[in-house]
Amino acid sequence: MNALAARRRHPAAIALLLLLGLILTGVAYSTFAPKQADAATAAASSVEEGKKLFLANCATCHGLQAQGTKAGPALPGVGAAAVDFQMGTGRMPMAAPNVQAPRADEVRFTQEQISAVAAYIASLAPGPAVPDAEYTTGEGGDVALGAELFRVNCAMCHNFAGSGGALTRGKYAPALRDIEGKHIYEAMVTGPQSMPVFNDDNISPEAKNDIVAYLHEVDKQENVGGMALGNLGPVSEGLFVWIFGLGIMVGFAVWLGRKAA
Amino acid sequence: MSSNGRSGSADPIDRLRKDDATPEAPTAPALKAVGGVAGWLDDRTGAAKPVGYLMKKVFPEHWSFMLGEVAMYSMIICLLSGTFLTFWFVPSAGQVVYDGSYLPLRGITMSEAFRSTVDISFDIRGGLLIRQIHHWAALMFIVALSVHMLRVFFTGAFRKPREINWVIGCILSMLALVEGFAGYSLPDDLLSGTGLRAAEGFMRSVPVLGSYLSFALFDGPFPGEAIIPRLFSIHVLLLPAILVGLFTAHIGLVFVHKHTQFPGPGRTNDNVVGFPVMPVYAAKAGGFFFIVFGVISLISGLVTINPIWAYGPYDPSPVTAGSQPDWYMGFADGALRLLPGWLEFTAFGFTFSFNVMIGAILLIPVMYGLMAVYPFLERWVTGDTREHHLLDRPRNNPTRTGLGMAALTAYGVLMFAAGNDLMAIKLHLSINDITHILRAAFFIAPPLVFWVTKRICLSLQRKDRDLVLHGRETGRIIRTADGKFFEQHEPLDEFTRWNLVQHDPHEVLTLERATDEHGVVSPTARKDKARSALSRFYFSDSINPVTPAELAAAHHDGHGHESIGAIEASDDETRPALESARREPPKRP
Repeated sequence: MNALAARRRHPAAIALLLLLGLILTGVAYSTFAPKQADAATAAASSVEEGKKLFLANCATCHGLQAQGTKAGPALPGVGAAAVDFQMGTGRMPMAAPNVQAPRADEVRFTQEQISAVAAYIASLAPGPAVPDAEYTTGEGGDVALGAELFRVNCAMCHNFAGSGGALTRGKYAPALRDIEGKHIYEAMVTGPQSMPVFNDDNISPEAKNDIVAYLHEVDKQENVGGMALGNLGPVSEGLFVWIFGLGIMVGFAVWLGRKAA
Repeated sequence: MSSNGRSGSADPIDRLRKDDATPEAPTAPALKAVGGVAGWLDDRTGAAKPVGYLMKKVFPEHWSFMLGEVAMYSMIICLLSGTFLTFWFVPSAGQVVYDGSYLPLRGITMSEAFRSTVDISFDIRGGLLIRQIHHWAALMFIVALSVHMLRVFFTGAFRKPREINWVIGCILSMLALVEGFAGYSLPDDLLSGTGLRAAEGFMRSVPVLGSYLSFALFDGPFPGEAIIPRLFSIHVLLLPAILVGLFTAHIGLVFVHKHTQFPGPGRTNDNVVGFPVMPVYAAKAGGFFFIVFGVISLISGLVTINPIWAYGPYDPSPVTAGSQPDWYMGFADGALRLLPGWLEFTAFGFTFSFNVMIGAILLIPVMYGLMAVYPFLERWVTGDTREHHLLDRPRNNPTRTGLGMAALTAYGVLMFAAGNDLMAIKLHLSINDITHILRAAFFIAPPLVFWVTKRICLSLQRKDRDLVLHGRETGRIIRTADGKFFEQHEPLDEFTRWNLVQHDPHEVLTLERATDEHGVVSPTARKDKARSALSRFYFSDSINPVTPAELAAAHHDGHGHESIGAIEASDDETRPALESARREPPKRP
């Protein structure tokens, strides 16, 4: 203890103390942070089952007849594709009201349950159906053409490498890494949240398949040039050169300056 | 030159020296060979004298003096790697269909400039590494140059006789931005094309002349085929020549002026304490070049920069989210993002886009203009016409340090504004809120930072004064025989003390009488008034270094509780030396 007390004015003491504080706070938080409750429900596959699931999980915001309330939009006509996308990516049901439904790592429903809800919503009014698997895998798609289509139609919001980008008032275009082809396709057909709809007249199903192929190519591509710094463009490069580039250079300069001639 | 001395053997003066021993020639054969070559060269070029002068130049030692070196080496690395790139780069907007080895671009129509850049990246051995070295070195060049400028500013190294060199440095720095932007625009990928599109818009925002300027540079409407070859000539020929020329002048003036040094015992305005170029700095600086080259190569080998294959070829229709310029143009981009839209209006049938012009056209020359003018302004305010070779510690000129920090803050706000979209998505904030806050911060933060910095500097100066007058708190509590407690203070040794008292005190310039004895108003009255007002702004609350008299007084009766034998004795030893300490620096032991 005496040795410790003697070093209490050491220049590194404050840094160490801060680090200790941060670690303690972090550990305490992860211990006491509330865990997510599991919302498991019974399996079902009919419209009737879908309606039950809807009433239990969605009606609070979307209304008992899916007619919409102040908290959520009306759903007749959005089609099965919209339900499959929103629930399949964990966006719905939303945990809390927010500017935009964030994608969740954890999908709360099985595919059967999602299909049931989709069938129920589709039964209310016609809308885009869940797409054919033929066009959603990206297989056989033209990656180069898909890349060009992506740059022309998608990159202005989603960034050239699908890293995502900002929209107004806290809304954003999400990053497009590791997303199932089906969900990419459904997003294009249904235009979730701030996204515009790209119907088959805008971009043909084959071209959508090309875009899926391109995005899958981006997912598996190794970075030939080294670390990609998040593929965010010159901002992260600038940050890197200021912190690491300058940091290393100054470190060497100090070291060399200390070296007596 | 040397042969002239011996040629006149008939000169009567030579008789006086006829007994002089002729110096023995070096015996080692290797040395003899070197001497022979050197002599041969000297006979033909007369290089011995200037080279000897340069080699004997003494440079002081401090890590911050090497920031400029980092910039210099990064520039050299750019020149070397850039030369390699020109072997394969095709500066042409001619359209071709890609058929190279990168599959995701096969069959896409693109410009020859873009195709050759992709080829350099994927088909030329080592090409991608060299491309990344070139780009990282360019970023590093401007980072190092900027930090070097900050060092020069905050230590007052721009004062007489170095004002011209400061101005040269400002021009170098500004041209480096242009050079960087030209290079960024060459590969004709989506990002560089977007940058050029923005640059075209900037030019058009100039009232009356804008469209003519843009048409002249692009040789017609955007994008045209002329811009890439034109930028190429500017990037590889014109600007590098100017940069290298200015840089040579810059470093030449450093040799002429001698390098500044931080104050310390034995260091005066008339000497330079350090090591000579040969052999010490030649070895150090040479070694440092390889360190800088090594670090940049390492970064380039590990971290991608500007993945043009991912951006794809430029086409005026698409834009990518996160389209930003390289960091050094970030402040101008940020200014554009912060400027409100209502600055664009229509009058007399013309549209005036001041929302674009202020940030894109005016900001850079105004900023560099202010920087270049500063040394002259400060000289006018202080009325200080002496030469300065000793650097200021930033705390010893609180107003200058505060102004510098305020300017840096304004710059930082603009630079952060350029990343407002990325801040919004990464920090889950609203881009609108970020923009509003940064708009306010641009006006509020600099004065606040000025005030805080100045207060910190003044406090540090007070702390220095306190240290000099009362010594270091040892933490030892002493109880006297009659039960009094006090903490023992340990006086500073005179070398430490020297660093705290060596600087010149600042004085406020007093206004000379505005009218003479006949009541005639002095022709310079208004100027004098402005000058003394500024002088008051700079120095009215300045804290001056401890004078020998103050020190002596402090040691006599400044702190009664300390006047016990041991300390008093040590004080007595140092005091005589201190009477002259303010004039004569102590010698190193």
